[in-house]
Amino acid sequence: MADAIKVFLKSFIRLPKGGAVFYAWVAFLLVLISFGLGSYIKQIDKGLIITAMRDQVSWGFYIANFTFLVGVAAAAVLLVIPAYIYQFKPIKEIVLFGEMVAITAVTMCILFIMVDLGQPLRILHILPKPIGMMNFPSSLLAWDVIVLNGYLVINILLVLYTLYRLSLGKEYKLSLVLPLILLSIPWAISIHTVTAFLYNGLSARPFWNASILAPRFLASAFCSGPALMLIILQLMRKFSKVEIDNKAIFKISELIAYTMGINLFLLGAEIFKEFYSGGIHKAPLEYLYFGLHGKNLLTPWMWTSLMANITAFIIFLIPKTRENFITLNIGAVLIFIGVYIEKGLGLIIPGFIPDSLGEIYEYWPTNTESIITIGIWAVGALLYTLMVKFAIPIYTGELVAENRAAAAAQRAK
Amino acid sequence: MKIMGKLAVIFSVLFLGGMFFLHSSEAAEEGVPKLIITKPGTSENHPCSKCHKYLSVNKTKRKLAASHSNIILKHAEDRWCLDCHEGDKLKLPSGQLIDYDKPYILCKQCHGTVYKDWKTGIHGKLTGMWDGEKVYRLCTTCHDPHQPRFKQIQPEKPPMKPSDIK
Amino acid sequence: MSNKIRSNPLGIKLNRRTFLKGAAAGITASALPFQNAEAFIGEAFLQKHFKEMTDVEIKGVIERLEKEASLEWRKEIHISAAKAKPGVKFGYGLDLSRCIGCRKCVSACVRENNQSRTPQVHWISVLRFKKGEKWLDLENSEKYYNPKEVPEKDFFYMPVQCQQCEDPPCVKVCPTQATWKEPDGIVVIDYNWCIGCRYCMAACPYGARRFNWAKPNIPQNELNAETHYLGNRPRYKGVVEKCTFCIQRTRAGKYPACVEACPVGARKFGNLLDPKSEIRYLIENKRVFRLKEDLNTEPKFYYFFTGWQV
Repeated sequence: MADAIKVFLKSFIRLPKGGAVFYAWVAFLLVLISFGLGSYIKQIDKGLIITAMRDQVSWGFYIANFTFLVGVAAAAVLLVIPAYIYQFKPIKEIVLFGEMVAITAVTMCILFIMVDLGQPLRILHILPKPIGMMNFPSSLLAWDVIVLNGYLVINILLVLYTLYRLSLGKEYKLSLVLPLILLSIPWAISIHTVTAFLYNGLSARPFWNASILAPRFLASAFCSGPALMLIILQLMRKFSKVEIDNKAIFKISELIAYTMGINLFLLGAEIFKEFYSGGIHKAPLEYLYFGLHGKNLLTPWMWTSLMANITAFIIFLIPKTRENFITLNIGAVLIFIGVYIEKGLGLIIPGFIPDSLGEIYEYWPTNTESIITIGIWAVGALLYTLMVKFAIPIYTGELVAENRAAAAAQRAK
Repeated sequence: MKIMGKLAVIFSVLFLGGMFFLHSSEAAEEGVPKLIITKPGTSENHPCSKCHKYLSVNKTKRKLAASHSNIILKHAEDRWCLDCHEGDKLKLPSGQLIDYDKPYILCKQCHGTVYKDWKTGIHGKLTGMWDGEKVYRLCTTCHDPHQPRFKQIQPEKPPMKPSDIK
Repeated sequence: MSNKIRSNPLGIKLNRRTFLKGAAAGITASALPFQNAEAFIGEAFLQKHFKEMTDVEIKGVIERLEKEASLEWRKEIHISAAKAKPGVKFGYGLDLSRCIGCRKCVSACVRENNQSRTPQVHWISVLRFKKGEKWLDLENSEKYYNPKEVPEKDFFYMPVQCQQCEDPPCVKVCPTQATWKEPDGIVVIDYNWCIGCRYCMAACPYGARRFNWAKPNIPQNELNAETHYLGNRPRYKGVVEKCTFCIQRTRAGKYPACVEACPVGARKFGNLLDPKSEIRYLIENKRVFRLKEDLNTEPKFYYFFTGWQV
């Protein structure tokens, strides 16, 4: 235990030390964060009027980002399952970094919810009695608070435990973490399902009120999360001493081929049902892909997203292209963009278009709104950078070795 | 003693008032709510006899030129004045005469369903208390009996579009 | 009435006229040690949920809120906490064959309920439909119609406001129970408990809920000072609000402001539990429908027909 603390402390002290690239990166993020913070202060002062949200479209870019990130967070499970249960070695080694993505994504989710609130100071009202008046089990938002925070705690515990064992130079004991891992798998699925149900349960919004919504959520999340991991893993391999097997990367890209296939299939199922039956509830889909009453702000974006997803699907489906790093990275970026548009702009906003009284208000985020959003992404990037920077020397065994050498030297004296 | 005297006065006023109220509502039709009516029309403010006392009655249907030219009938146009007016009263098809403060008796001759709705408070505007005294309007408070259809009015400004709310 | 002595929130006995004079001159405001409500922030932060407070606590909170509001608006403001009467469930009727789309109800509602003028908040939306084959086709309805005169030939109008559902989806989804259905059937919001997440707005099938995107702005002389805690008291930035059937009026036995403002008497209101009420009569005897009935929200707002005018 004492050894572990020593290693942790040492790693912590080294956190601010790094090369020029590191400093430039952190400085860049800090600039973005300060812009974001400045805009948020303006929003606190003036109110959400500085966003493009109005009564007709009462949720916008913040909630869209929240939804996308829940997916990213949930996708960590994709790495956890084979790593822990099947002891699939190449993935097992990188699962730590996947869990850190989950921690980052959930933190960003919470931030996106916070900036969306009209009265953020009253956030404690969401806690159970006697502090708040949590509307559990009736409100899905109350469920989401529970599952998101629970997921955050589970992932923090898993990361800490793994790092602790690594700092002792040992493998983790599966018997100790197994219950937590077994819990984390359905939990990861649940954060996404609950978030999907949050929209799904509203009969006022026919676009969301389709039972295919939750499966679509999961499928698209299991595309974008691993796509993000693919990029992060390659970056890590480049900028640190962490060794990541090509096998692990190819395994993840194979998984993406399956999940993207399912995702496109579900989208097709939804499009068929709405357009073939031709009821009035097809209006939001019509708005998205063809425009409605001459309003078509999102149409080009949706087609971009669809094209990106289909191209990526083909790239990941063909073994030759998914094992070529150029096409693989193009595919990963395409998926990230495709799912970001689909989940962000394409899922939250059309829930409100046309609105419940048939009005079409074309929402597009304001600059201030975008700057706050970028600020939160920068917070996430910074958080992840620091977490990785903290973990890498422990993970590579660098610090453990140093520690042992120091101990040996002391003994020699 | 003084107080007793005062009380006696108050009570007698109340009693007499009550008597008066009962009396006035006695003549009302069955089921007609005890109305508190805004701007009641009465025979006093329709003093036809003021002029017509000195005129001989000409019962032929004709276009009036000398007076009442401002009245244009857009309400069952095949009728004319004397179908509904006689002396200082309103006249029912049966010949029975009624006061101007009870125009609904005349109106309901044709508009029976509307009359029924009005009695229950479905037709026409009600103000006052939903669980107490309600202020009804007479047919003629809102409708011009010679042109009963409402005239078009200017609407209030439309709401602001969401994109204009800044 | 105008000479009635009232105790004002500052504890000074003034008669109404003197007070108003003072307020108009702005003396009241400048003479005070603090000019806005910030002095109360701590207390406001610790305020409990309305339904969790005892009557004594409510009284205390209301005193504070009256003080806050009176200071801010330089006007004596009364906040009632009148409870629902037993045996009462409010219902509303709107005669679509009479409505002429003049929006008088909208402006009466704005004035009565202290809705923000800038940014504009309207609790009632009047929709215009073309008479034709597809009658209530919301997607082809028009909210911003602006002719010289109404009613227009070939069009009919349908005002939409909170339908006071018996099974309100907005209440179900609120994560903090800041909105609920009162025993008399009115769906209300505790403006001091709402966190402004707007989940209720996403859940409402009638577009009835409004958000205070900025600090509400009302001309001081137009502020209605007779208010209810759950109704028309001045609201805050960042909270949701909605039609309450004019709770401050209806709990005092009066008709809602929109009922009294309607020039053609198309709006009807009453107690659904009273078989002799006009609302019961119209439900039992007229052709009625409720908006989006398929959603099972059980609105207590009935649209009805007494016959189109020729």
